[in-house]
Amino acid sequence: MEIKLVKDILAANEAIAEQNKALFAEKGVYVVNLMGSPGAGKTTLLERTIEGLKEKRKMAVIEGDIATSRDAERIAAHAIPTVQINTGGECHLDGNMVRGGLEQLNFDGIELLVVENVGNLVCPAEFNIGEDVKVMIASVTEGDDKPLKYPLMFQVSSVLLLNKTDLLPHVDFDLERFRKEALKINPRLEVMPLSCKTGEGLDTWLQWLEERSGSREG
Amino acid sequence: MHELSVAQGLLEIIEQEARPYPGARVTQVRLRIGKLSAVVPDALRFAFEAITRGGIAEGASLEIEEVPLRIRCRQCAKEFTVENPFMICPRCEGLDVEMVSGRELEITSMEIEHGD
Repeated sequence: MEIKLVKDILAANEAIAEQNKALFAEKGVYVVNLMGSPGAGKTTLLERTIEGLKEKRKMAVIEGDIATSRDAERIAAHAIPTVQINTGGECHLDGNMVRGGLEQLNFDGIELLVVENVGNLVCPAEFNIGEDVKVMIASVTEGDDKPLKYPLMFQVSSVLLLNKTDLLPHVDFDLERFRKEALKINPRLEVMPLSCKTGEGLDTWLQWLEERSGSREG
Repeated sequence: MHELSVAQGLLEIIEQEARPYPGARVTQVRLRIGKLSAVVPDALRFAFEAITRGGIAEGASLEIEEVPLRIRCRQCAKEFTVENPFMICPRCEGLDVEMVSGRELEITSMEIEHGD
């Protein structure tokens, strides 16, 4: 006997992500889902972001990691509430894992929550966590061919941070080609080249984030 | 390897749908997977086989239909099947396009055999 049904396989995750989203809205927190390859500079960007915004926005961080707590320790050193989620082998965070992390977080006064996803350009793109915005970070050392190789990540993101621009003179990376292909995949993508090392371009990102994260009411 | 998570989501739906038929076995499951989705069919089959062992869907075959990436240009009021994941109208090269299909991760039917 055939049973006909049309169901989204990830519907269970979507439902939890929606609940997370409702909770974030109720608490007045702006939530960033930060994604990118291992080594693209997610944690360093987060440290620069904390340094740049912690006087202006009350921040908290959820660190997704497969096994270690190294990134969480780096962030906690900045005196920001930090929750560690170990995925135990999973290559991405999903709505349920983030919900588990939220139980350990004191939301009082928090305006901006950054969730650092597991380093991976594929899997995190499929799973909503209830975020307000998906931000991806790529770096010039990864090569300029990434948009076509990992189109979904570029498609679902609203902001593309291109890190390590200080290394451009040393690598074969065609910034215009990269930008053009990324924008073909997602014409609404905001592309921000920057260097977490020298600080070049960081202001654009910090200003973007500051504008969005302060406008919510709890 | 998020195919494991996808396989688990799939198995939950299958078990739920099969609940009204106690003793039944699931023999075939049909899926639609969009071209732009980040799921690799072979990896999904492997994960599905691994997690269904000993359960109602053990040995069930996965029939996977790949859904092409289709975009619609609002200016031209036309739909196009595209090979590259570019949100650009192949006709007018405009950017006022929307994705019609290509991100599906759906179960569309399952075949069950009643138990004795």
